Amino acid sequence: MTSATAALSLEGIDRSFGPVQVLFGVAIDLFPGEVHALIGENGAGKSTTMKIMGGYLSPSHGTVSVGGEPVRFRSSDEAEAQGIVMIHQEFNLAEDLTVEENVFLGHELRKGLFLDKKAMREETVALLDRLDCRVDPKARVRDISTPDKQMVEIAKALRRDARVLIMDEPTAVLTNREAEVLFEQVDRLRSQGVALLFTSHKLDEVKRISDRVTVMRDGHVVESRPTSELTADSMAEAMVGRELSNLFPKRSAEISSDIALKVSNLTVPGHATDVSFELRRGEVLGLSGLIGSGRTETMEGLVGLRSHEGTVEIDGEAVKITSPRDAQSRGLVYLTEDRKSRGLVLNMGLRENLTLQSLPRFAKPFLDQKAEEEALDKAIKDFDIRAPDRSMKAGNLSGGNQQKLLVAKIMLAEPRIVIIDEPTRGIDIGTKQQIYEFIHHLAAEGVSVIVISSEMTEVIGLADRIIVMRQGRVAGEVSGAEKTEDAIVRLAMGLGARETETTA
Amino acid sequence: MSTAETTSAPTQAPRKINIQVLGPIIALVVLVIVGALMNSNFLSYANVTNVLARSAFIGIIAVGMTFVITAGGLDLSVGSMAAFIAGLMILVMNYLLPSMGNGVPIILVGMLAALVAGLAAGFLNGFLITNMRIEAFIVTLGTMGIYRSLVTWLADGGTLSLDFGLRQTYRPVYYEGILGISWPIIIFALVAIAGEIVMRKTAFGRYCAAIGSNDQVARYSSVDVGRVRILTYILLGVLVGVATIMYVPRLGSASSSTGVLWELEAIAAVIIGGTMLKGGFGRVWGTVVGVLILSLIGNILNLTDFVSPYLNGAIQGVIIILAVILQRGRKAEG
Repeated sequence: MTSATAALSLEGIDRSFGPVQVLFGVAIDLFPGEVHALIGENGAGKSTTMKIMGGYLSPSHGTVSVGGEPVRFRSSDEAEAQGIVMIHQEFNLAEDLTVEENVFLGHELRKGLFLDKKAMREETVALLDRLDCRVDPKARVRDISTPDKQMVEIAKALRRDARVLIMDEPTAVLTNREAEVLFEQVDRLRSQGVALLFTSHKLDEVKRISDRVTVMRDGHVVESRPTSELTADSMAEAMVGRELSNLFPKRSAEISSDIALKVSNLTVPGHATDVSFELRRGEVLGLSGLIGSGRTETMEGLVGLRSHEGTVEIDGEAVKITSPRDAQSRGLVYLTEDRKSRGLVLNMGLRENLTLQSLPRFAKPFLDQKAEEEALDKAIKDFDIRAPDRSMKAGNLSGGNQQKLLVAKIMLAEPRIVIIDEPTRGIDIGTKQQIYEFIHHLAAEGVSVIVISSEMTEVIGLADRIIVMRQGRVAGEVSGAEKTEDAIVRLAMGLGARETETTA
Repeated sequence: MSTAETTSAPTQAPRKINIQVLGPIIALVVLVIVGALMNSNFLSYANVTNVLARSAFIGIIAVGMTFVITAGGLDLSVGSMAAFIAGLMILVMNYLLPSMGNGVPIILVGMLAALVAGLAAGFLNGFLITNMRIEAFIVTLGTMGIYRSLVTWLADGGTLSLDFGLRQTYRPVYYEGILGISWPIIIFALVAIAGEIVMRKTAFGRYCAAIGSNDQVARYSSVDVGRVRILTYILLGVLVGVATIMYVPRLGSASSSTGVLWELEAIAAVIIGGTMLKGGFGRVWGTVVGVLILSLIGNILNLTDFVSPYLNGAIQGVIIILAVILQRGRKAEG
């Protein structure tokens, strides 16, 4: 794009959350008729950047301009009024309303006092036609497929005359074929002069559909150039940007040959089918796959949080696990990916959260508050939990410290097999490193660890062996020299063995 | 003693928390002073014992309600349940009178029947809510109607009366006591102290608060959420049985108007005491203070002509709303 005016541009954007600065001088220009990909590791600042574009957050410093004019959005409504619409990863649709009701939600057409249903129907049909989407405008959103829901979101955006469309990982919830349909619509919108920005962890699709790529790392824009000048490899390099060996400690401990956990044909209805794997004592097993591939659900089934079928052996003994309590009594615990709504009771204190999982041990029969305090002292020391005040509520800790508290809570249960789901989601790089070290330390002590992660670098750096899931099944396994991002992505996307590499 | 402990527990932003903690106590003290100033009989032995003994029924139930609400539940059926258990107890004792004769054993059997009935009724509520996954509000609204209707049916629309002789034997349980303190007051005090200890010092109490705050977190933390929930309803049911045991000797009868609105008074006492209606935080001593506040308002209005006693409900209503506004203050902070 030459000298066209940017539809939306950010310049010198800083943003802090409390004392933590997450964006540093971010500058991005979105041009009409251009598809812009924003890539970076989790926590690089992509979401914050998009939220600032969409008016969900305001920048601490810097300028947002629309069509060359500086603007200051106080809400997403103000951004939408200017034609800037953001589509979230979790759809913002009222499930019980129909497609057309959703398209017009909050902006209903009226005829006098009453709704003008006919006009809304016609306009919905026209919008869906424009998107080449065959969904029935009268269908309830609950009943339509995920890609159709995405189309409804886009129709909603078009209805508001979107000039800039921001999509947060639009393909994360889509199958390949569904993603193809989306790409066709993206092409269509591009040709209609809409400026598009999307994020994705799938570099091949970035390469395929974007015109320009901006790479973010640790809150900075580190690279921004036409897609044609980049390869998937150079994108990944720019994203990671640092020596991985610094981030991940060297594995020195030997892995025992004893099988700690053997799972055969584990089926979690609706989420996982015939998952089988073995885990040795002291081994770190990575579990990878796209979001929605059933990784979390499989493990939740394993520990009894979901109903499941299949056989599970712990230390060679067949066990029946129907509740997390059963699992814990066998030394198997699961650390959730969702620390805010499943991991910690945010309005309770640190001590209460720490001991919740192992409370029977502190009840003799009355709770031994002194022992609980000692456990908290130890946890604060061992896990370097930085709490300004030890009587504060868990919800007031920073994300990283919440994660450390959650890890401490799980470890208080003295597990021999621990499943850690997204160990470093949304936490800063320093804390990440501490958690990685801790995981390796655990394995060295003979604890078996399963790490579920969406961050490729994380599973590759941490795990001895990686199982890749796809659509609820084990798609394959990689270890040793095969532990490459490429190999994992191929398995995750169902491409089978690797043929020609893009390592040129 | 329990007050001292509470003030030391949440130390974040101490000044505001203290107002939260002390609010109900200050209200109670103010009421006592106002009452004493307005009527010289207010602090008399007779009046104080009368107020406390009358508070005992609601108080015992409200202690159980504190656990249910703390764990994120609700029980609207307790008033009807009390009436039904009272009727059942009277029928059982009257039925056994010819075979067992008058005396202590038959009273004990009646008491046992009340406790078992309370346990069963509580279990039924808990089971429907936890295992059948029906809203607590709906389940207990249903059982509330069922028990009320059953007691009316058992009494054939009238009143179930305990045999006169039995009434004489049973009477001391309400009207007498030790060291000048009547039994209902003693039992209420024991239930309250035990409740406070269970809430604050046991895993069960901690689990109730955790489940009320976020039952998902509790589930992921290996807490048997269903079991704890059912237990709160069973505990409440048993305490309704205990309250009924203390209530029946007072009048020696049960009818469709027994225990009307007890559920709302118990819930009100719990809320005034500082327990959050949506669960996650509960304190039994607060509930006791809440019960006393509600009883004292009625008592003061009866003893003075300053305000019409007919306005009792209005004043209680204002106090409940004020208590909730104070609660919201605490929430906004956390």
